[in-house]
Amino acid sequence: MGKIRTPYLLLLPGFAFLFTFFILPIINLAQTSTQTKIAGGDTGQYEQTLRFANYVDAFVDNKEQFGRSFLYAIIATVLALAIAYPLAYAIAFKSGKYKNVLLVLVVAPFFTSFLLRTIAWKQILGEEGFLVPTLRTLGIISENTTLTSTSFAVVMGMTYNFLPFMTLPLYASIDRIDPRTLEASGDLYANGYTTFRKVTLPLSMPGVVAGTLLTFIPAAGDYVNAAILGNPNTKMLGNVIESRYFKIVDYPTAAALSFTLMAAILILVTLYIRKAGTEELV
Amino acid sequence: MAKASIEARGDLRLTRLTKTYGDFTAVDDLSLTIPKGSFFALLGPSGCGKTTTLRMIAGLEEPTAGSIHLGETDITTTKPYQRPINTVFQNYALFPHLTIFENIAFGLRRRGQKDVKEAVDKVLNLVELPHLAQRKPTQLSGGQQQRIALARAIVNRPALLLLDEPLGALDLKLRRQMQIELKWIQKEVGLTFVHVTHDQEEAMTMADTIAVMNEGQIEQMGSPAELYDNPETAYVANFLGQSNLIKGTISGNDGDSHIVDLYGQKISLPKNRSHAVDNSTYAGIRPEKFRISLLDTPVKGNVLSGGHIEDVSYIGVSTQYQVEMPWGQELMVFEQNDDGVAPFNKGDAVNISWEPAFTFALRGDEDATAGSEVEPEVLDEE
Repeated sequence: MGKIRTPYLLLLPGFAFLFTFFILPIINLAQTSTQTKIAGGDTGQYEQTLRFANYVDAFVDNKEQFGRSFLYAIIATVLALAIAYPLAYAIAFKSGKYKNVLLVLVVAPFFTSFLLRTIAWKQILGEEGFLVPTLRTLGIISENTTLTSTSFAVVMGMTYNFLPFMTLPLYASIDRIDPRTLEASGDLYANGYTTFRKVTLPLSMPGVVAGTLLTFIPAAGDYVNAAILGNPNTKMLGNVIESRYFKIVDYPTAAALSFTLMAAILILVTLYIRKAGTEELV
Repeated sequence: MAKASIEARGDLRLTRLTKTYGDFTAVDDLSLTIPKGSFFALLGPSGCGKTTTLRMIAGLEEPTAGSIHLGETDITTTKPYQRPINTVFQNYALFPHLTIFENIAFGLRRRGQKDVKEAVDKVLNLVELPHLAQRKPTQLSGGQQQRIALARAIVNRPALLLLDEPLGALDLKLRRQMQIELKWIQKEVGLTFVHVTHDQEEAMTMADTIAVMNEGQIEQMGSPAELYDNPETAYVANFLGQSNLIKGTISGNDGDSHIVDLYGQKISLPKNRSHAVDNSTYAGIRPEKFRISLLDTPVKGNVLSGGHIEDVSYIGVSTQYQVEMPWGQELMVFEQNDDGVAPFNKGDAVNISWEPAFTFALRGDEDATAGSEVEPEVLDEE
């Protein structure tokens, strides 16, 4: 008997925690999402009327931010993948005794606050930074182009902030590849490019899927980068939810938006995993 | 150039091939010709340079000096994927994400060959595993993976097939069976096989020609029988099977034979089996060539007297004796158990005799223990 009970007892703290801090708030949020303002009530006073049209209103009013959230998240994910893949590959296969040092460097940014690092990007992209004058001298951007408060800055900030979440699963996955399978590929008439396409990439797919999910999901719901590095025209859904909650005190719309975002991410991720076919992988 | 190298056929010729890593010389000025269609074994202990040699032939390592020719084509610096050479890797290195069928088809597809299915099916039948085509490598046993690795290489009909300790991970019984199968497949497909191994029995079972390697150089090369019966160095004498090496002096000649003085007892040996450079020598006799007899039994050929049996171990097909000689050396003697009983007991005073033709002679300045205490091979995990 005791043997059967032990696993459940071990699960108990986790369940209790998730129930209190995830399930209950979610139920609460779901209830809030269909409430309406009490007629004649104070700001922030709502009653349950099961008004599901809240969802339609919230979506229609914020279509633009919705689209932007996903667009920015996708661009940032693709950029992070493009930067992280060669990095992870080099750490896994080419770094020799510096492997651990490089891995520490990848996570080193976590030693400073997320907020601080994002604010630092304002400096980097600002007029007084080194980047803008350099790009102007090289003629890559014109004299009156600025980089702060642009969609470019928001995407850059997101790419940077989520890079470690892309790099680590990629590294874990590439590091597991037996280098002898790559030699075997060369031995079987595949050149470097074909070996990458037919062996390295398929074998690292679990890392690609994990990395893109760990980047895309938080990026789609992010609001810090848009708030600090963007302008009113680069607002993402996260910013709308934030302002609905804390500034306008429109809880039902904020809750409806949160659920819609959650559902949209869930659907996209499901489609993506199906397409990437991770169940095929070892 | 790339096209030409992939079409190259003929004998494999290594010329003054050298590979150094910093101060360490892995392969030292090695020259070698491997005739087309032969089953060639590079035999030696761990770290003797045999795997490095193989990797240079495959194109996975670049030689520090020297050249590699296949027929008339210089392939020294050709990329691995442009060489008509395939390898069966030590750990098989099958692609875990592909089915067995796609693993075998990999090389054919890269070369844009038609009738891939037909070729793969044919080679799967050859290795007797056609029912596994749709499995993944991890679902196969070690022996099955080994055959698939072989199939994946030979399906390409390379000019040269390299085998890097291909049977190292298999248990003894399966290894014996695969040795016979490999030899049969080599005859069947008629490709040149170059086989790297530390297992002398494996090399002798399969190869037409064996090159014994030691410290980056070839110690001796020849057929298994030549190497076993007429080793040129103590290293080969000890590494291939076991040898009794007895210190002596060449004291005279008798026609085609040398007369050798072994601690005061005269024996003779054929001149053409002597590799001594001066009068000082080691006379070598394989343990199974010796015959033991009691003192009053008349014997023919070379005789060493004054021994007594120090130890007897009965091992089924034969009985192994340790015989202590008057000069303190213990000689090893294997007697066939063809009469069913072990006739000698510990402590018996005996003579040892043998056919003079079975004797070989090494240089007297050699280390008589060279090659006998080679550390057991650990499958390298680098």
